[in-house]
Amino acid sequence: MQRILEVKDLSINFYLREGVVHALTDVNFEVFENETLGVIGESGSGKSVTVQSILGILSQPPAKIVSGSIRFEPESRNLELNLLPTYGDTYRNVRWNDISMIFQEPMSSFSPLHSIGDQISEALTLHRPELSETDVLSVCLGLLEKVGIPSPAMFFKRYPHEFSGGMRQRAMIAMALVCNPKILIADEPTTALDVTIEAQILELLESIKSEFNMSMIYISHDLAVIGEISDRILVMYFGRVVESGVADEVIDNPLHPYTRALLKSIPKIDQPIESLDPIEGSIPSPFEVHTGCPFYSRCTERLGEICLRQKPAHKTYNNGHTVSCHLHA
Amino acid sequence: MGNFPNSSSVINEEDKNFYYATQWSLIRSRFRQHRLASISLIFLGLLYLFAIFSDFLVPYSSTQRFSKYNFSAPTSIHIYDSEAGFSSPFVYGQKKILDKKTFSWKYEPDLTKKVYIQFFTEGEEYSLFGIFKSNIHLFGIDEKTPVFLFGSDRLGRDVFSRTIHGSQISLSIGLVGVSLSFLIGILLGGVSGYYGGYIDDLIQRFIDFMISLPTIPLWMAFSAVLPRDWSSLKTYFAITIILSIISWGPLARVTRGKILALREEDYTLAARAAGASTSRIIVKHLLPGFSSHLIVSITLSIPGMILAETALSFLGLGIQPPAVSWGTLLQDSQDLMAITNQPWLLIPAIFVIGTVLLFNFVGDGLRDAADPYS
Amino acid sequence: MLTYTIKRLFQLIPILFVISVVAYAIIELPPGDFADFYISSLRATGVTVLEDEALRIKEQYGFNAPVVERYWRWLENIIFHGNFGYSFEYQKPVNEIIAEKLPLSIGLTFGALIISWALAIPIGIYSAIHQYSKFDYFFTFIGFLGLATPPFLMALIFAWLFLKFFDYSVLGLYSPEYVTAPWSFDKFIDLCKHLVLPVILIGLQGTGTIIRVMRGNLLDELKKPYVITAKAKGLKFRDLLLKYPVRMAINPIISTIGWLLPALIAGEILISIVLGIQTLGPVLLRSVLSQDMWLAASIVMILSLLTIIGSLISDLLLVWLDPRIRFERLSK
Repeated sequence: MQRILEVKDLSINFYLREGVVHALTDVNFEVFENETLGVIGESGSGKSVTVQSILGILSQPPAKIVSGSIRFEPESRNLELNLLPTYGDTYRNVRWNDISMIFQEPMSSFSPLHSIGDQISEALTLHRPELSETDVLSVCLGLLEKVGIPSPAMFFKRYPHEFSGGMRQRAMIAMALVCNPKILIADEPTTALDVTIEAQILELLESIKSEFNMSMIYISHDLAVIGEISDRILVMYFGRVVESGVADEVIDNPLHPYTRALLKSIPKIDQPIESLDPIEGSIPSPFEVHTGCPFYSRCTERLGEICLRQKPAHKTYNNGHTVSCHLHA
Repeated sequence: MGNFPNSSSVINEEDKNFYYATQWSLIRSRFRQHRLASISLIFLGLLYLFAIFSDFLVPYSSTQRFSKYNFSAPTSIHIYDSEAGFSSPFVYGQKKILDKKTFSWKYEPDLTKKVYIQFFTEGEEYSLFGIFKSNIHLFGIDEKTPVFLFGSDRLGRDVFSRTIHGSQISLSIGLVGVSLSFLIGILLGGVSGYYGGYIDDLIQRFIDFMISLPTIPLWMAFSAVLPRDWSSLKTYFAITIILSIISWGPLARVTRGKILALREEDYTLAARAAGASTSRIIVKHLLPGFSSHLIVSITLSIPGMILAETALSFLGLGIQPPAVSWGTLLQDSQDLMAITNQPWLLIPAIFVIGTVLLFNFVGDGLRDAADPYS
Repeated sequence: MLTYTIKRLFQLIPILFVISVVAYAIIELPPGDFADFYISSLRATGVTVLEDEALRIKEQYGFNAPVVERYWRWLENIIFHGNFGYSFEYQKPVNEIIAEKLPLSIGLTFGALIISWALAIPIGIYSAIHQYSKFDYFFTFIGFLGLATPPFLMALIFAWLFLKFFDYSVLGLYSPEYVTAPWSFDKFIDLCKHLVLPVILIGLQGTGTIIRVMRGNLLDELKKPYVITAKAKGLKFRDLLLKYPVRMAINPIISTIGWLLPALIAGEILISIVLGIQTLGPVLLRSVLSQDMWLAASIVMILSLLTIIGSLISDLLLVWLDPRIRFERLSK
């Protein structure tokens, strides 16, 4: 399969008044054509920072890419994104045109002062100036229909606050597809929706992905959803990738204690439960610096001093399953 | 599974104080971190202290005249003399000379006469708080050589003494006026916000109306009808009432907005469901939620009052002589000629601007300290 | 939208009513009545006023009737005859005086409003984007000074500065040589030159606060998700800034007209008095000092009317510009 995105040894710091936050440390992953990469992690694990850095929309300051590279390689192009000027023409053309995004909060991700139609067509008008107004309109209306919005023509002129959450999320999906991107990033798109709508949206995303021949990076903290739709999985904790691999492999054979604990914490419908199995403790403060493994304080399978003192190395098994843990040194 | 030491599971004394701190001590400590606000608060305190003890601090009363020394520039105080070296502060005596070019009398220091400034001298009698009588002043000088720290005005009165005396009225009007506004504002705003419905609509329209009235014309008109023969005290209170009647609007609006928002909070609902009475809900649940905002609003309203009184008195509509406020002092600087030749007459203006700035800094600091999300 | 406007205009009527009552209270408050003043001022100029003549004057002005009737008579005069009364200080009908000075007052206030926004909004935007920079601190400081300094003081200080450094007197509307000269292009230029300082000074009243509000609003908006969406779409920074967060941040500023207008009018009055510009300001002061109450009350009423209309306009603008508010209000 053709690789389309490569993130290599990416480290990003945030320089705040209260101190320095090591948002990402040595993050490595790849995205291939036509596949869905599921990214799982708790709040604060660095998922959003990762995808925002791919699009180049992190505010620098206070953020700074300390090391590493982000390489976008669709077909014949090869762009090292982190080296491009943020508001230069090249990077701006990658945004939305090649890589687009749907967000967690459809209400606040739309501007309340502009009509939905205006916001959906905006990117298309920007990136394809050769298209006529009627062409733009027909593309947008077609997309609205495809995502399941009834009477798209009327919908177009209305404002975001006039619709329900599910409708807004569909509109956001239509907006993200308007330039036919190569990669669609979905940052927790169903977290704010109820379960029935969530199922519909997931189904929609699946069908759109295959129809448009896109890759998808799907971020969630819901392991069940990730397991369901991903081809490969990335597990993040405290700004690091702790495990990655083919989805079935990671779920059937989790290697990192964190992944194992996550899986154990999901109550299974076909097994009797005496008590739930949460992961004790909570994520350390973002200002903390760890010389060893950041999961140390909550890990039930610790080896001892080495976990506290030394950073675990990446280990890659033959089937592409990687893990970052002293248990697998 | 056992208990794993979390990185922050050991709670030390400091943390415990933080977790159990009351709202006010949190606000206080956050305020102290705001250096500008803290320093301003100290300076404000000093200003008010000076105002209270003004009689003691200044050498002369506000009406004392030195008719031979009108319009004299601020007296330079020396502590060093080429002959005698360092000594306690003194001024040079003045001798009057006729300027042959402009044919006016001018004063020049007479370097032969040294008059020492004395501390804790006896001067005019005054009464502190209307109870204690005393005639001790912080500093003074012998009868014949006046010491004008800020110069003297058209009638030979010491601008320094008058400025500090005037601070009593200027600074207190802010507080008294705002207290009145505060009462009216809280009452109307609270009723409006709590009961809602058409009471709210009505009161809110009223508040909007009051806020949109141009204040200065109304103040001018109402102060003009005050009889000239009223005593200073009566005029003082009348002015305060006029100022506060027209300016309680913003306070009422803040109160109403906050109560409206807090009323919908879940904890209010919970209190009501538990059977709490209206007054208990208001005092114990709603009040703490917005009292910090209220204090900020009040602090930021005070400078408005001070500026208003200054403007009115400047125009001759507010405090009448012989009472002194910063505004009346600035009346003397109404024309350009005055400022060009006697710029020291503008010194009370510095006090006005300074006080307003200090209140604004403190208010801003309070606002930052009280609102963790801003 | 039109029906909403008409509805709001109708709601104005009770407010106007209240204002007229307040204004009339001002007329009635001073001891003695107008007729006595009028008569005694006539007598002071040597005119003999006989007793029955005095009575007739009182009748004409309705001073023997009870308060309420007098009030209605006064209101009637205004609404149906446009007659605001008589100023014995100026010895002219009030209408004439107001008609003379009102245009300039409105012009100065309105000009100051425009200047105030034209300065404050760009500075606020720049300060927000370059937070904590020297520019930011400098303008915050200036803003503070602006709101701490009483307007008349600012006028005094600037007038003095101009005199000292440019040897140029900014007082009055015209330089001495143009005062009585007939209208000409040069006179017009001279007028403009003299008007620049007052308009800027009056405008400074609100500028400080508006800069802070704009800066604060924009900082809040810049953190919001829809800005991230706009960035992710690949818009140029300036385009996305103006189209999205600035547009959002400006809305509350529109509603500041409500308090800005009274402040500007107050400032206009004080600054005109100090700089000797013949607008309603000095006239009001003079009428108030000499208890020329019909003139005073009329000016107060007109100024209040102006501010109420101003607030209404700002409210209507807000409804027009913000679809959420429009949705909420019009669907009632």
